[in-house]
Amino acid sequence: MRGPGFLEQLEQALPGAVAGSRLDALDPWIEVAPERLVDVCRWLREKSAVRFDAIECITAIDWFEPDPKKAAKVTWQPHTELVYHLWSTASRVSIVLKVNLPRWKGDVPGQLPEVGSVAGVWRGANWHEREVYDLSGVWFVGHPDLRRILCPEDWEGHPLRKDYEQPLEYHGIRGR
Amino acid sequence: MAPLIDDDPRIIEFDVRTDEMLVNMGPQHPSTHGVLRLVLRTDGEIVSEVEPHIGYLHRCAEKIGENLTARQWIPYTDRMDYLAAMNMNLGWSLAVEKLMQYQVSERARHLRVLIAEMGRIASHLVGMGAYGLDLGTFSPFLYAFREREKILDLFEEACGARLTYSYITVGGLTADLPHGWLRKCEEFLDQFEPIIQEYHALLTTNAIFVKRTAAIGVMSPELAIEYGCSGPVLRGSGVDQDMRRDGESIYTAMYEGYAFEVAVMKNGHYPRDHAYPPVPADAILGDCWHRFFVRMLEVVQSMDLVRQSIDRYAACKGPLGEPVKLTEKIPAGDAYLETECPKGQMGFYLVSDGSAIPWRVRARSSSFSNLAVTHELCRGCLIADVPAIVGSLDIVMGEIDR
Repeated sequence: MRGPGFLEQLEQALPGAVAGSRLDALDPWIEVAPERLVDVCRWLREKSAVRFDAIECITAIDWFEPDPKKAAKVTWQPHTELVYHLWSTASRVSIVLKVNLPRWKGDVPGQLPEVGSVAGVWRGANWHEREVYDLSGVWFVGHPDLRRILCPEDWEGHPLRKDYEQPLEYHGIRGR
Repeated sequence: MAPLIDDDPRIIEFDVRTDEMLVNMGPQHPSTHGVLRLVLRTDGEIVSEVEPHIGYLHRCAEKIGENLTARQWIPYTDRMDYLAAMNMNLGWSLAVEKLMQYQVSERARHLRVLIAEMGRIASHLVGMGAYGLDLGTFSPFLYAFREREKILDLFEEACGARLTYSYITVGGLTADLPHGWLRKCEEFLDQFEPIIQEYHALLTTNAIFVKRTAAIGVMSPELAIEYGCSGPVLRGSGVDQDMRRDGESIYTAMYEGYAFEVAVMKNGHYPRDHAYPPVPADAILGDCWHRFFVRMLEVVQSMDLVRQSIDRYAACKGPLGEPVKLTEKIPAGDAYLETECPKGQMGFYLVSDGSAIPWRVRARSSSFSNLAVTHELCRGCLIADVPAIVGSLDIVMGEIDR
């Protein structure tokens, strides 16, 4: 696995940063408190016994059911989940970080949820965070150049959100 | 960039400062491999900054994946890296199989190795030919496509398609090989093997080619790792990593028992460089030439693997097995798997709520991470080196924009 006492070391170094974990899952994951994410990433890259020197992927999952009938049956509360896949080149192991955010900051629709940017920890995270911002609508605080990457700059909305509605018209091009 | 010596013409370029100019390269520029737009900030011939703009080929593949079953999404993976569609199919199939804890038959496993490695040869041939094209030589492109055509013919015979195969699928493959296919494949390999030397004569050892690529766009291993580069781009910087050997067990189990050596420079030597041209004196580890050479060695490596898999596949008398149902339910949970595609490590992430349609699918593109490093490599290079650097990353826009 990730070496004996990996989680204990992390908890000792950064008390209160770990919000939960499943080390026996298909991909072992650690849930991190949103405000401690950057500290944890920095620790994993610079201090941990296994140095996670590469960021492979950042994903946002929108946990929201737009259909009220189905929404009554789901077991989770609506939220946005960020998933970070890290990789250690030297030790050839991976670890998954999960961060739970509200869907909207302060539950005000239109206000993007915020989390610290890890672009300062791994420069490769820059584009991944831009993509997550573009498609899933998460604001990365401290990102050097956070703007849309795949959609045009004047695009409205964040397409990978479950309640996203395709525009009727874009610069004279018919949608829907 | 190459170290400057006293009579280097670039010194004059550095001395004379002119007004900065913004030059737009692309999106319809032939050397940008699809629809990539680069905005160059130039001072005379020197490029001080490059900013890639992507997204011109964005087709919402991830959003579409949230409305289809896992097997129905296979054709969309074809259209990501359309030059190595077989490997894309394989990556997604394995990711789904990982979450389903599904094991394919032994026969399907060897057939997958065979097909995936043939796909790698085809992709590297395009990478090689197109790279020659970027640098202004047309003939290697034709020589490469002549051979790739034969691979496409073989693929067409196996699955009916020439570019977007959807052949490898969740739970196995859509069909077994037709009668006599293996013999044709062996004939192709025998015929193809001596041609590698032709390619080396055309490009690898070509004096102009070496001048254009050696010591250009040097990437340190640390930089490559930090940006999440993978595949030949990472190995060209001397990092010994190949997911076929170092990846997760579901993927490495596919290659279990196969003998291959990762194409990376160790102690100043590449595997097999006794049989192939030596590294030119000007080349620096991590430059365009090394990235190109790693691809050339991987073609030979893949040919070896194909030969091994033909024997193993032929020895398997058991059934191939049926792919899973189109509407097969996927257990709740999530799984992420990276496979070694020709362009680098392609990752697929799948989140399921227990129904047949995934809650979220995510494709982590290798070219996306490889391209993100361009602005670091191009800082301070000459304008003419920009196509050389971008070409050496061997990107495919279909995969970057998804």
